[in-house]
Amino acid sequence: MGEEVKLFRTWSSSFALRIVWALKIKGIEYETVFEDLSNKSPLLLQYNPVHKKVPILVHNGKPIAESFVILEYIDETWKQAPLLLEDPYERAKARFWAKFGDDKVLTSVWNVFIKQGKEQEEALVAATENLKFLEEEMKGKKFFGGERIGYVDLALGFLANLISIFEEIIGLKIVDEEKFPSLYSWMQDFAEAPIIRDNWPPRDKMIVKFQALLDATIASSSSSSK
Amino acid sequence: MADEIALLSTWPSMFGMRVRVALAEKGLKYEYREEDLRNKSPLLLLMNPVHKKIPVLIHNGKPISESMIIVEYIDEVWNHKSPLLPTDPFQRAQARFWADYVDKKLYDIGKKIIWSTKEEEQETGKKEFLECLKLLEGELGDNPYFGGQNFGFVDVSLVTFSCWFHTFESYGNFSIETECPKLVAWTKRCLEKESVSSSLADPHKIHDFASGVRKRFAIE
Repeated sequence: MGEEVKLFRTWSSSFALRIVWALKIKGIEYETVFEDLSNKSPLLLQYNPVHKKVPILVHNGKPIAESFVILEYIDETWKQAPLLLEDPYERAKARFWAKFGDDKVLTSVWNVFIKQGKEQEEALVAATENLKFLEEEMKGKKFFGGERIGYVDLALGFLANLISIFEEIIGLKIVDEEKFPSLYSWMQDFAEAPIIRDNWPPRDKMIVKFQALLDATIASSSSSSK
Repeated sequence: MADEIALLSTWPSMFGMRVRVALAEKGLKYEYREEDLRNKSPLLLLMNPVHKKIPVLIHNGKPISESMIIVEYIDEVWNHKSPLLPTDPFQRAQARFWADYVDKKLYDIGKKIIWSTKEEEQETGKKEFLECLKLLEGELGDNPYFGGQNFGFVDVSLVTFSCWFHTFESYGNFSIETECPKLVAWTKRCLEKESVSSSLADPHKIHDFASGVRKRFAIE
């Protein structure tokens, strides 16, 4: 039976990366449709009228939006290389950590990157608190999923790349190897895993993009404080 | 061996009520513990050290946090009765999508209506709130429930906001029934279910509660 799988994404979206990794881990053939978010295609608007965002997975013409929803759909539809364990309590924990990653870790890490002065200091305190919880959770494990990459690794994995990019641009350490030994080594192991390593967006392009975002933010905040 | 189930929550929390509805749908007995969020119990801090929030479900000593994660856990463990999620993966994805939409939008927008001191913010909140409800109403369509013929996952995520409707209407000065009659009809249909009516707080008590909080923060 012919399966048609399409992934609508942008070249840099961390959320879309989760889906790329999941599809590749499961060995699912798919077509990529790159979107320009400043000029959204009619198909994107048709497939995700509610949020008008990427990523969107379209399976045999049926669209699914929101990266965690898509990950669960993929895991339920293609049973090989399972991302979530069978046990309901383990599944609840995985969902919890994935949500924590988006709601708290990403937000605080982003604030460390984008804010200045005192606000940045406060953001670093918050980020450190959040990262400590991940460090605890990581202890004694190679990946959050155990020996194999799993749902939580895919959910948090973008951090392995984005944090080092942020650190390079702002010249500030967010995940210090001494303070967060388990998390630091996870970031290395995850980033170097074959499927993951082969699918990072080009680093130089990412640096340019985020440097530009930071410059624009600083420019607009200094002009508005006049 | 009997299951030991405890729920840490607060009576006005629409998130805590979701868990009560799910537990009632499955016919489960549990111990309910009311938390005072200004004086959190050692148990709450132990069971949810990351967020220190309610609701927390404790099942045979193991804690689960985040209301829709708890609801999904309950559905998976006690899967022999009243399934909340459908079996088809695409339909499950739709259900998760809409529950996520309710989570992302309604609570934060609703806050603007009740707690804001600025009229402009309140008006924006009202407009956005009604847009969300109308979108959800469209999604419901002609079905009795968001779950189709049966009460399901999305119904659980949304119905608990309904006991706060009177409070939104009062502070926002609008009628949800006028704007979204089908949705209000759906809330009444849900309230006919014992699992819902026994889990939702009284709307007038919610209003008194909100009024008390507003006074404390000098909004009135």
